Amino acid sequence: MTTDITLMKGNEAIAHAAIRYGVDGYFGYPITPQSEILETLMAQMPWQTTGMVVLQAESELAAINMVYGGAATGKKVMTSSSSPGVSLKQEGISYLAGAELPCLIINVMRGGPGLGTIQPSQADYFQTVKGGGHGDYRLIALAPASVQEMADFVGLGFDLAFKYQNPAIILADGIVGQMMEKVTLPPFQPRRSEEEIIAQCPWAARGRQANRQPNVVTSLELDPAKMEENNLRFQAKYRQIEENEVRYEEFLCADAEYLLIAFGSSARICQKAVENAREEGIKVGLLRPITLWPFPTKILSAYAYQVKGMLSVELNAGQMIEDVRLAVNGKVKVEHFGRLGGIVFTPDEVLTALKDKLIHA
Amino acid sequence: MELNEIIKPENLVYERPKLMNDNPMHYCPGCSHGVIHKLIAEVIADLGLEEKTIGISPVGCAVFAYNYLDIDWVEAAHGRAPAIASAIKRLNPDKMVFTYQGDGDLAAIGTAETIHAANRGENIVIIFVNNAIYGMTGGQMAPTTLEGMPTATCPYGRNVALNGYPLKISDLLAQLEGTCLVTRQSVQTPAAVRKAKRMLTKAFQNAMAGKGTSIVEFVSTCSSGWKMSPEKANKWMEENMFPFYPLGDLKNKE
Repeated sequence: MTTDITLMKGNEAIAHAAIRYGVDGYFGYPITPQSEILETLMAQMPWQTTGMVVLQAESELAAINMVYGGAATGKKVMTSSSSPGVSLKQEGISYLAGAELPCLIINVMRGGPGLGTIQPSQADYFQTVKGGGHGDYRLIALAPASVQEMADFVGLGFDLAFKYQNPAIILADGIVGQMMEKVTLPPFQPRRSEEEIIAQCPWAARGRQANRQPNVVTSLELDPAKMEENNLRFQAKYRQIEENEVRYEEFLCADAEYLLIAFGSSARICQKAVENAREEGIKVGLLRPITLWPFPTKILSAYAYQVKGMLSVELNAGQMIEDVRLAVNGKVKVEHFGRLGGIVFTPDEVLTALKDKLIHA
Repeated sequence: MELNEIIKPENLVYERPKLMNDNPMHYCPGCSHGVIHKLIAEVIADLGLEEKTIGISPVGCAVFAYNYLDIDWVEAAHGRAPAIASAIKRLNPDKMVFTYQGDGDLAAIGTAETIHAANRGENIVIIFVNNAIYGMTGGQMAPTTLEGMPTATCPYGRNVALNGYPLKISDLLAQLEGTCLVTRQSVQTPAAVRKAKRMLTKAFQNAMAGKGTSIVEFVSTCSSGWKMSPEKANKWMEENMFPFYPLGDLKNKE
C-alpha cells in the first residue's frame, strides 16, 4: 500500500485515488498512453481490500456498457481509455447521458485522427465538450494539469456526476498521464452500503422491493412529446451546471494586457511562457479552464474589456478557441497557437506566437 | 355470480403470473415473446427472486419487455446486454441478473459481448429468442436466417455466397468453458412450454448458485416477419427451423 505522499505517474494516481475514494468498479481495455490505470488496479487487487471490482473488458464498447450497467444499479463505476478507445465508447456515453446515469470516464488523449500516434495531444476537445456521441447532451469535463489533479478529480468527478446524475469525464493528455510528480493521495473512505446507495439513488435498478414500483433505467421514449420533456429536463440540468460548476485558475491576470488561455499540460507550459514574458516586461496572464464544460465564459467575457488580445494555446489545430471567441463575442482579438500530432510546444514557441499573432500583428 | 365464487382456491389450476401487469402487449398475434415473458415471470416467482432480479432488455422487439414484467430493468444498447449484465452481477453478486435478447442483438451486433460474457463464466442467464429475422425493423435478414429463407434484405432468399451461413451461436457457446447450461427450447405446444420452463428454472438456479453462464435459446416464430399466419408459422418452424436448430440440451453440466 502506498503512503499518502508519494511520487507517481498521473495514470497511477488515478488508480490509487479510485481505490481510496470508495469506487465500486473499474472496467477498461488496454490502450497507450493510459494502460497504467488498469495495470495499477490489477496489481493493487482492491477486491481483496475495499471490495472494488476491476475487470479487463473485451473491448471499449463492452467496458463503457459495463459502466452503464454498474451505474444503473447506483454503483460508483468508471472506465478509462485514450482517444481511439474513447471514440468507441461514444455510443455508451450517449446512452449514459440519455439515461441520466452518474459515472466517471477518463480520456488520456493522444494524437489523431485515426490510430494517430501515442504521443500527447488535446485534439479531443470538440469530442468531449461538443457531444461525441449522438443527441443533445453534455458531459461534465474536468481538465487536470498535474498528477495531483489527476488524483483529486476522481473524487470531484464522481461528486459532480452523482450531484447532477450525469456522466463526468476527466480529459487528460499523455503528458499528465505519463509524467511523475509528487502527489498527496486522498484519505481512504469506505464504499457505500446497500442502504446508502438506495438512499442516494432511489431510481437505481437493484431488484424491486415490494413497497415500490419497478425501476426502469432507459434512454428510450417513443412518444415525442415525452421525449421533448426529457430533453428539456436535461437542458435545464445543464443550465444549472453552467451556473454552479464553472472552475478555472488565474495566473497573473490582474494587470494583464494579454491573456493566454490553456488547459491541462498546455497550461503548465504557458505558465512558464507567462513568467518569461514578464521578465521581458510584457504583461501576460494565464487563464486555465479547469472545467472545459461548463466553460468559464463569464470571466473570459469580463477580461475582454481588460486585455488587448487573447491567445488560445492548445495541442490541437484550434478547438477551444471557438469557445473563447463565443465568450468574448468579438470584443477582443483572439488567436490560436498549437502543435499537432503529438508535438509539444515549448514556452519560447508560445511567447513567440503571442508576439507574432497579437503584440506585433 | 361473482368471479371469486366461481374460481375458488381449490379450483384454481392456472392464473396469470403476479409479476405480469395489465399493460397491453405490443407483440403481434402468434409471437413467441408473450409466452417466454410469462415463463420468466413464473420462474422468478417460483424461486422467490422478485426482489433480487434485474432484467436487461435488448434493442429489438423485446425492447419494451420492461413494460410487462414488474421487476427492475435496465434497457441496453443494441447487443450490449451481456456486458451490462456482467458488470451488474459482479457489482451485485447477490442479485439475479438475466438478459433477454433476439438473434440480431445476440448473434450479430452483440456477438463479442455474448461470447466474452459466456467465456468469463459470468453468473447470469442469457435468454435468446431466435426467430431468424429482425422483427422490430420490419423483417430484415438475421444472422440466424435460414438458407433460402426470404426477408426484406434477402428478398430472393438467403444466398450463402452473398450473405454467409446461418449462425448456430448456441453450438459455439456450448464449447466455452464458462457456460454450464446451453439448451435450445421452443414454446409452440403446451408440452414444449412445460419443458422450456424446467430448463429456464435450472438456468436461474445455476446463476444463483454461481455455476457459470446459462443460455436458453428459444427457437421462435415471427408470423409478421415471416408473412405467415401464426398457425402456419408454427408448422414452418417445426419443418424448417427445428432440423437446422434441433431442440435439446447442447450442454448441461451438473
